[in-house]
Amino acid sequence: MNYVFDILGPLLAGTAVTLQVFLITLVLAAPLGLCLALLRISRFRLVSSLVNGYIWLMRGTPLMLQMLFIYFALPFVPVIGVRLPDFPSAIVAFVLNYGAYFAEIFRAGIQSIDRGQYEGARVLGMTYPQTMRRIVLPQVVKRILPPLSNETITLVKDTSLIYVLAMNDLLRAARGIVQRDFTTTPFVVAAAFYLLMTLVLTLGFAHLEKKYAVYDE
Amino acid sequence: MNTMISAQDVHKRFGALEVLKGVSLDVAKGEVIAVIGPSGSGKSTFLRCLNHLETIDRGRVEIEGDALVSTDESGIARYVAEPEIRRICSRMGMVFQHFNLFPHLTVLDNIVEAPITVKGMARDEILPKAERLLAKVGLLDKRNVYPSRLSGGQKQRVAIARALAMEPDIMLFDEPTSALDPELTGEVLRTIRELAEERMTMLVVTHEMAFAREVASRAVFMDGGEIVEARPARELFASPEHPRTRAFLENML
Repeated sequence: MNYVFDILGPLLAGTAVTLQVFLITLVLAAPLGLCLALLRISRFRLVSSLVNGYIWLMRGTPLMLQMLFIYFALPFVPVIGVRLPDFPSAIVAFVLNYGAYFAEIFRAGIQSIDRGQYEGARVLGMTYPQTMRRIVLPQVVKRILPPLSNETITLVKDTSLIYVLAMNDLLRAARGIVQRDFTTTPFVVAAAFYLLMTLVLTLGFAHLEKKYAVYDE
Repeated sequence: MNTMISAQDVHKRFGALEVLKGVSLDVAKGEVIAVIGPSGSGKSTFLRCLNHLETIDRGRVEIEGDALVSTDESGIARYVAEPEIRRICSRMGMVFQHFNLFPHLTVLDNIVEAPITVKGMARDEILPKAERLLAKVGLLDKRNVYPSRLSGGQKQRVAIARALAMEPDIMLFDEPTSALDPELTGEVLRTIRELAEERMTMLVVTHEMAFAREVASRAVFMDGGEIVEARPARELFASPEHPRTRAFLENML
């Protein structure tokens, strides 16, 4: 038991990195996903095709590859080429990637809303933005909570991919200790940490679902 | 200005199907018009063309003297600009077959939503009126309930109150009782009848022949995308002139 306390320090430091990547990604990728979803259902063909292509690219290549590309290859790309340090590189890759997944979740939610809702709002004089903000999106949130919860939990675990940029997230910290001390205990502790984080998320989403259960459709 | 709605030679097609083949109708202030006819005759589409839920291909629609859409010599229907469309259409309230209440809002919030969002009214400002309307349709006790808790007839009465909260000059009803259980149609028809007694200008697409005969000032029989016969309701029901009207009415009774 004492050993567990000894390794807690570096594991908590790793958890801090993991949580940072998780929270920043969530805060930035969710609105990006919503914007992408709205653009994708746009009646301007060109716009929706571009977003389609973007989503295909982001879902069609490994997140790890995207991270490596942004860190190592982006500096050499003409015009948009910038050299980013490791943490921003990871964040950019995560946000771009998760934005694509969130976009599809939002799109499915928006398209599941009955056309009658738009007509009901329109005959009351509401504009499209008003209809979206006041009528459609509040209902979308309720419908997409389960897939959103899924995606968010996946994000917690995907953060472990940042080890390829040599950052010390929870899993890499644990692995370092495993290799140093020749014991798998750090893995077990790390697993417990991940479970704790996803438990918080699970409970959070359960709370939201309950909150939205005040009305049926 | 006594003509509330003026539709001239309205044409509408969905792909190869010509749904409206030149429909013309003038509605005067205070008139209650029942639009009857077999399903697929274009009566709902015609109603939806009046408030821009459908766009027309040719013809002219005027609401209280303001053109919503007109057709030039080239034969192409041209609508006025979008803000103007919204301004003109806001004079018409609409009630749908499937209610289209907002499920995430309580009954009261369904009613105050548009006055607040569209007209920029304060909640306190619209609340007394919303409650008065709810009382009028007999649902004040349901004010804090979500629509899923209501019966179909109650939902439709909330939908009527919601439309009235925007103070329209004209009310359009698109088969308001078709989705209801027979025993619930009465309460909705009663509400519409009360509006008629208050001289609200109304267009009601309906399959309720008894209601059309008793409440409507004029009945319009549509078939195959055109108006076959439009006459004072009692006359049309008592002695239909056109054989198609006669056949339809005989079938309905």
